Amino acid sequence: MKWEVVIGMETHAQLRTNSKIFSGASIEFGAEPNRQACAVDLALPGVLPVLNKAAVAHAIRFGLAVGAHIAPMSIFARKNYFYPDLPKGYQISQFEIPVVQGGKVHIVLDGVAKTVQLTRAHLEEDAGKSLHEDFRGPHGESSSGIDLNRAGTPLLEIVTEPDMRSAAEAVAYAKALHSLVVWLGVCDGNMQEGSFRCDANVSVRPVGQKEYGTRCEIKNLNSFRFLEEAIQYEVRRQIELIEDGGRVVQETRLYDPDKKETRSMRSKEDANDYRYFPDPDLLPLMISEEWIAKERSEMTELPAQKSERWQSEFGLSAYDCQVLTQERATADFYEDLLKQVGKDQAKAAANLMTGEFASALNKEGISAAQSPLNPSQLAQLIQRIADGTISNKIAKEIFTAMWDEKASDPDAVDRIIEAKGLKQISDSGALEAIIDQVLAANQKSVEEFRAGKEKAFNALIGQIMKATQGKANPQQVNKLLTDKLNQS
Amino acid sequence: MNLEDVKRIAHLSHLSLSEDEAKATLAQLQKVFHLVEQMQAVNTDGIEPLAHPIEQIMAIAQPLREDMVTEHDQRDAYLKNAPAEHDGLFLVPKVIE
Amino acid sequence: MSWHTKTIAELSKSLHSKEVSSQELANYFLARIAESKELNAFVDVNVEQTLLQAKAADAQLADGSATKLTGVPLAHKDIFVTKHWKTTAGSKILNNYISPFDAHVVAELGVGRAGMVCLGKVNMDEFAMGSSNESAYAGPTKNPWDLARVPGGSSGGSAAAIAAGLAPASTGTDTGGSIRQPAAFCGITGIKPTYGRVSRYGMIAYASSLDQAGPMAKTAEDCAIMLNAMAGHDAKDSTSLERAKEDYTKALGKTWSGEPGLPLKGLRVGLPKEYFGDGLNADVRTAVDAAIEQLKKMGAECVSVSLPKTELSIPVYYVLAPAEASSNLSRFDGVRYGHRAAEYGDLTDMYKRSRSEGFGAEVKRRIMIGAYVLSHGYYDAYYLKAQRIRRIIAQDFQNAFDACDIIAGPVAPNVAGKLGEKVSDPTQMYLEDIYTLSPNLAGLPAMSVPCGFGDHGMPVGLQLIGNYFSEAALLQVAHAYQQETNWHQAQSPFAVKGGA
Repeated sequence: MKWEVVIGMETHAQLRTNSKIFSGASIEFGAEPNRQACAVDLALPGVLPVLNKAAVAHAIRFGLAVGAHIAPMSIFARKNYFYPDLPKGYQISQFEIPVVQGGKVHIVLDGVAKTVQLTRAHLEEDAGKSLHEDFRGPHGESSSGIDLNRAGTPLLEIVTEPDMRSAAEAVAYAKALHSLVVWLGVCDGNMQEGSFRCDANVSVRPVGQKEYGTRCEIKNLNSFRFLEEAIQYEVRRQIELIEDGGRVVQETRLYDPDKKETRSMRSKEDANDYRYFPDPDLLPLMISEEWIAKERSEMTELPAQKSERWQSEFGLSAYDCQVLTQERATADFYEDLLKQVGKDQAKAAANLMTGEFASALNKEGISAAQSPLNPSQLAQLIQRIADGTISNKIAKEIFTAMWDEKASDPDAVDRIIEAKGLKQISDSGALEAIIDQVLAANQKSVEEFRAGKEKAFNALIGQIMKATQGKANPQQVNKLLTDKLNQS
Repeated sequence: MNLEDVKRIAHLSHLSLSEDEAKATLAQLQKVFHLVEQMQAVNTDGIEPLAHPIEQIMAIAQPLREDMVTEHDQRDAYLKNAPAEHDGLFLVPKVIE
Repeated sequence: MSWHTKTIAELSKSLHSKEVSSQELANYFLARIAESKELNAFVDVNVEQTLLQAKAADAQLADGSATKLTGVPLAHKDIFVTKHWKTTAGSKILNNYISPFDAHVVAELGVGRAGMVCLGKVNMDEFAMGSSNESAYAGPTKNPWDLARVPGGSSGGSAAAIAAGLAPASTGTDTGGSIRQPAAFCGITGIKPTYGRVSRYGMIAYASSLDQAGPMAKTAEDCAIMLNAMAGHDAKDSTSLERAKEDYTKALGKTWSGEPGLPLKGLRVGLPKEYFGDGLNADVRTAVDAAIEQLKKMGAECVSVSLPKTELSIPVYYVLAPAEASSNLSRFDGVRYGHRAAEYGDLTDMYKRSRSEGFGAEVKRRIMIGAYVLSHGYYDAYYLKAQRIRRIIAQDFQNAFDACDIIAGPVAPNVAGKLGEKVSDPTQMYLEDIYTLSPNLAGLPAMSVPCGFGDHGMPVGLQLIGNYFSEAALLQVAHAYQQETNWHQAQSPFAVKGGA
């Protein structure tokens, strides 16, 4: 039988705020256990939540970026269940009326474009962490340690329709979403630290069947590779199960990257009646048209908008724009560079970034944000080409030198030109002397040129450049040589 | 409401009930729900639920906090009330995932 | 001097005139508390801390930075978290819990703000669930008018402490009548403000959309003075209302019309016919009727109004309050604080044993009711249905306030019953809340004013209900009534005997 895979994704993006969603505790990663868990996060008797404005602003921006409806009124609800990393015994989330409704994310897989429909995105608080290092409790019993530093960290849970049909599509979606939330600045995207976590709802059905099969939810996939492997495993597991006459049971599963398999999470099984109801400690979240407009006006330009603008304003190619807008850091780098070299050099700047710069980053597997060189250093390089100090060819040499030494001085370009004597020779007198020497030593070529062999001209140019170690100004050499050959 | 319901909600509430307690609770809750059933006689068509009393007379909106860190480490004070702790962690019987 | 018979207003005068020091008052009341263990009103005292606060108050009284309340002692209901006293909310599950911070109300009334001196924490029904104080883990508080009777609840310790002369005033909280009913049963005055007037930060939540803190004292004037310090916006409570500060004492002593003449001329008092039906016991009715006659004598005009869903407020309340409570009380799990069972197996067993041992019968009952009405398949039929009727109830009040300025009626159908009388039948007890529940459901301010005595010489309270934000008007009417009557000055036998 032929099977069709159906995947829906739920992604938890940790929002980039200073403080927690309902308390004034810091969300900085890596603090000692429970040092960033305040009275509200610990659910001490008598505490109450107050909503962080920045978390809402991030949700609005995300909603605008995916073309969703921003709910003018949304409601926080309590999701009730017991778990030691959930101090209140309920999670504050949004249930019936979420803040972001609908929306679309565009993905490209093997050159084919596809749209993934979003169901919703809602604000909620994160839980703490259980550490399973086999601590000993008061009676010597095997125990887990609870660290509530993460409790109350703001999350945006982004939910898709079951629109994806393969693990590869799910990964393409996750990557597109990741790049978008990082681009928008709403999430730092750090998957190792858990800032961007994916849950995949996976089911299979015979091709042609309308109804969905029973789905399993694979939780907490914190890398694109695990996401892909987990889905692939789960699809195989479900197909084999059905083909062997079994039945898929709806459940939550965990991916074990060491064994490369998913397994049932027993602990979540009986917590299936969450008794959602509106949180009486919080009032309806009201978002005015004015607020939405304000966020829109302050929002960073989206990749597609940038690309369009650069093409029309600077005449960049679609390809260059695609490379430059792949990541926010790259685009920011380019814009910074542009600011320093001016519009006239937009194309030259783009060439440098998509050429030498991109391949250097690639080689080291780092992003523009981690580049050892900064935009001012590259700006100087472009300026030196523009003012005729160096040729394009020499520029490449300088770039490599700068990169290799991880130059940190702002005048690295000038320093290297000076040190290596790479300054272009534009002094006509000096050039003429060199040309005379070359002509004298290459009479054969001169004669061939006069006999009408155009190729001989290029050979002479080559000799002259060689004699100047490539430092001669090519345009000038061209002109002087032409003059000389025509004179005599 | 039956005995199974009582056991289900006791479990949802993480309360343990012996068989006898469950039976006694059922009898009491049945009385309460007999009272509660009076509500069903009221026609509430087209009436919006009232979650916050003040909403009845004025527009209300969730106040928003500026995104600032205002709370600082008080772990030692907080841990004083902990039934079991180790190295700054609250201890619980092993969590099985 | 019998300081225990004095009001806040009187004590304030004596403190400011240096007739007495705050430390003398603190010692006086601490001694009375120590001699009154039998009443079981106080659950925790901290003599050293009380005297420290009194000393600070005396310093303020000396340097002229004192407020009207500086140096006046008070008790706090054990539902407000306090740094220097244990906070248990009347429950074993919080046995010996010490809060790392003070509740907003405690801080506002205390040193550095209003300057009141805390005498300790007073008893209450467990998590404020009860109307008799019999669900308290520390055992029931007794009624100072008759030690065989209940003081009412849940703020029973607060009411009893005042009626016994152990404290001139106390904080209380009212979710379905928990300030008004014990005030009525003990013959003192108490007001539950409009929902959102007083911050709930640091007040252990029972039912968040109904809970409201308020003052309990001997007179309406004292309540007004205390409310001035308690009320106001608090950024830590999202449901606290952003309104300009009001002076609740401003209208005291003024006539309703603002013109010379009868004090209540022009006041329209609504009498809901549902509050005077068959369920109302004759003794209470007689006292309340007499109080209404008195209001008329003072110039008020009485009109008949209707609150047709009064009876339904019972099922609506006993769906909504347990629903919120079932969730609010989930944090008591033996992980971060509070009671943990001595023996347990796995994690779930630890939860279940700790909670089953830690919570009393009534609390467990309400948690289970709440879990049931919120559970899958029942949410619409119970929880949402109750919220819809809640809106009808709130609207009924608005209709009534078209015809009147305030509503008057009984607080409870009967005077305080005997200890143990109704414990076995919770639903019977729920029915007794009939007159106090709907103001909470609607979020309206309401108060209880002593208005006479019923059977067995037990006090009766007159309930006054106002429209939203009309606390000043309620207190004005109550104060006017107390100028003409002396029910609020009657001394309980315990107050007369104790410390004498």
